[in-house]
Amino acid sequence: MNFDFSDDQKMLREQARKFLDEKSSRKIVRDVLDNADRFHDATLWKGVAEQGWLGVAIPEEHGGLGLGGLELCVLAEEIGRAVAPIPFSSTIYFFAEAVLASGSAAQKKALLPKIASGELIGAFATSEGPGAPSPPSVEATFDGSKLSGVKIPVTDGDIATNAVVLAREGQGLSLVVVDLNQAGVKREVLTTLDPTRGHAKLTFDKASAERLGKAGEGWELAEAVLDRAAVLIAFEQLGGAQACLDMAVDYAKSRFAFSRQIGSFQAIKHKLADMYVAIELGRSNAYYGAWALSTESSQLPLAAAAARVAASDAYYLAAKENIQAHGGMGFTWEVDCHLFYRRAKLLAVQAGGPSVWKEKLVRRLELKNVA
Amino acid sequence: MDFNDSAEEAAFRAEARAWLEKTVGQPNAKSNLRVEGPEAMEAAKAYQKKKFEAGYAGLTWRKDVGGRELAPIFQVIFGQEEQKFQAPTGPFAIGLGMCIPTVIAFHSPEKLKRYVGPALRGEEIWCQLFSEPSAGSDVAGLKTRAVKDGEDWVINGQKVWTSGAHYSDFGILLARTNPEKEKHKGLTMFVLNMKAPGVEVRPIHQMSGGSNFNEVYFNDVRISDTERLGEVGNGWNVALVTLMNERLAVGGSMGPEYGEILELARNTPSPSGKGTLLQDQAFREKLASWYVSAEGYTLGKYRTMTALSKGQTPGPESSIGKILNANRMQDLANAAIEAEDHYGIISDPSLAAMQGAFHNAYMWAPGLRIAGGTDEILRNIIAERVLGLPQDVRVDKGVAFKDLPGGR
Repeated sequence: MNFDFSDDQKMLREQARKFLDEKSSRKIVRDVLDNADRFHDATLWKGVAEQGWLGVAIPEEHGGLGLGGLELCVLAEEIGRAVAPIPFSSTIYFFAEAVLASGSAAQKKALLPKIASGELIGAFATSEGPGAPSPPSVEATFDGSKLSGVKIPVTDGDIATNAVVLAREGQGLSLVVVDLNQAGVKREVLTTLDPTRGHAKLTFDKASAERLGKAGEGWELAEAVLDRAAVLIAFEQLGGAQACLDMAVDYAKSRFAFSRQIGSFQAIKHKLADMYVAIELGRSNAYYGAWALSTESSQLPLAAAAARVAASDAYYLAAKENIQAHGGMGFTWEVDCHLFYRRAKLLAVQAGGPSVWKEKLVRRLELKNVA
Repeated sequence: MDFNDSAEEAAFRAEARAWLEKTVGQPNAKSNLRVEGPEAMEAAKAYQKKKFEAGYAGLTWRKDVGGRELAPIFQVIFGQEEQKFQAPTGPFAIGLGMCIPTVIAFHSPEKLKRYVGPALRGEEIWCQLFSEPSAGSDVAGLKTRAVKDGEDWVINGQKVWTSGAHYSDFGILLARTNPEKEKHKGLTMFVLNMKAPGVEVRPIHQMSGGSNFNEVYFNDVRISDTERLGEVGNGWNVALVTLMNERLAVGGSMGPEYGEILELARNTPSPSGKGTLLQDQAFREKLASWYVSAEGYTLGKYRTMTALSKGQTPGPESSIGKILNANRMQDLANAAIEAEDHYGIISDPSLAAMQGAFHNAYMWAPGLRIAGGTDEILRNIIAERVLGLPQDVRVDKGVAFKDLPGGR
């Protein structure tokens, strides 16, 4: 039994934490938050590329480090803890994973080295309006070479160089990969609940695009990308949730009310204990997801759903109760609680919200139960 | 990451499983019946004797008291296999899991010879006498008095919630020896012969209808000073050793889980009247949450096993398990009853879902949320020992026990 990360992976975590403490301090995050024209920190992105993080799960032949999903989980947790203002999830968990899973040899050769070097910023575009996308709801079309339609919102769509898009092709759906710097692509920047990450509305008007994977299999391929991304995002969520708990514990020890540390009151203790229980429950489920991801296990769909449901619940609880533990200060702009409260919601609805994933979980459980 | 045993662990597991197959018979994971009655007790004692002879009793204990000095992971592995085979270990869980380790830590060499062997062989059963009517979560507030009289101590008072007292031969008894001292400092631990004159055991009639626990009354019971565990006045520290051993013994929810309620929902109409309950979105969301909680608990145990496997000791973080399990058991049982609407009130095993298992869980869960540390005390433990939050303001510090409100 070894249900834990290896010593090397833990060392990578330490390095990542040290790097992000310095390069993605709260000041860096706030510079992005307070500046209406900026949605990521380009210097940090460059630094992350230099650290080799963008190529962690990309094979060496394509310019990556050729490590695996577990290393990516470790990095994701630290990025979540730092609320890092970079398009890491869009580029790595979604775009790179989609290319790795479904790309042709030529597409991999063309795209993966650019991802590893930091030159390519990726996005994953499925949503077209309110409500979770479903096969009948997709209206964007692909005719074999040209993409038309609207995707809204696209996380990091304001700065992405390329996107993987879900579109209708004939009777079915396909995934297509599209260069966003071309005449047939219009970007409109969106204001969102979490301004530390960019969002855009992308309008495609006969934009040149290539199919990724087989025609008509787009929905299934997208679902497979989402399963892998769900595990990685779960680690980001747990990193963020743990940061909230750490903040709340520190504050509860240093804040005095009624001439006592507020952390000595059971009302505060129990609130923080509940956060801890939710985070640990999320962690156990996420570890299983990490194992399933790294071993390409047939258990991945169910494990990913459980990890995502548990981590989304944990981050929401931790983010809102961290504010509550801070009292009035927690509601101010200058205290950092709201950075997590914002990011918690983005991560919960990006890649499908909690209800969608609870439904996926039960559907997969029914299949398992029947088998 | 991998879920496999190490080579040594795998060999031990295979050996244990082969022995259990030979001794107990085929694995029977479905049977969930509590063993009661004299015949079941004889069978349990016979099993424990064979277990001892085969070298599977006291796996982690010192060799000089009859143990094998194996790492705790082997105890966990053997326990997992025993559970699969539904081996009758119940009557010995408290004695071998908590009492005897305390006896080993504090008793004299002669007394160890007297007590450890018979307990390991299943000849003598032990119980733990800590809780009292006025000392539950605050165990150190107990009032049972031990007064020195020559070479003996004379015990008067009452314990409560004592599992297995009615069939136990011995117990470890925490009593107040000095009410002039502070609450935690006037306690002393003893070994009590449960058959001694003046010991009276009365079963507690639980709200569930069953009787799994007892009240134990002491009326001028004499205990020799040679049966004292640790120094006079050091009883609280001795008790902490007992309670620490509880961490390895935390069990599952003991009730129906998501799989059982999924099956129930498959064959029950939905509240809307369209389709089955399993097709009802509100039910599906709850089902997903139970799954995450149940699997998270199991996976959390794998993390504990990993720590054990690396030679680390599990800390108070394992308190999480009981909070999750007891609350899930209650919510799930409640949902199962409501799922059947008016019909759900029927308990008759021939008519009720799962022969009434959801009703049993509904009636047992409130006890599980209290026994062995209430939900609230476990949250305090997490807050103070894991998160490092300060203790609550103490009104009992520096005050003699006799002068505390309710201290008499």
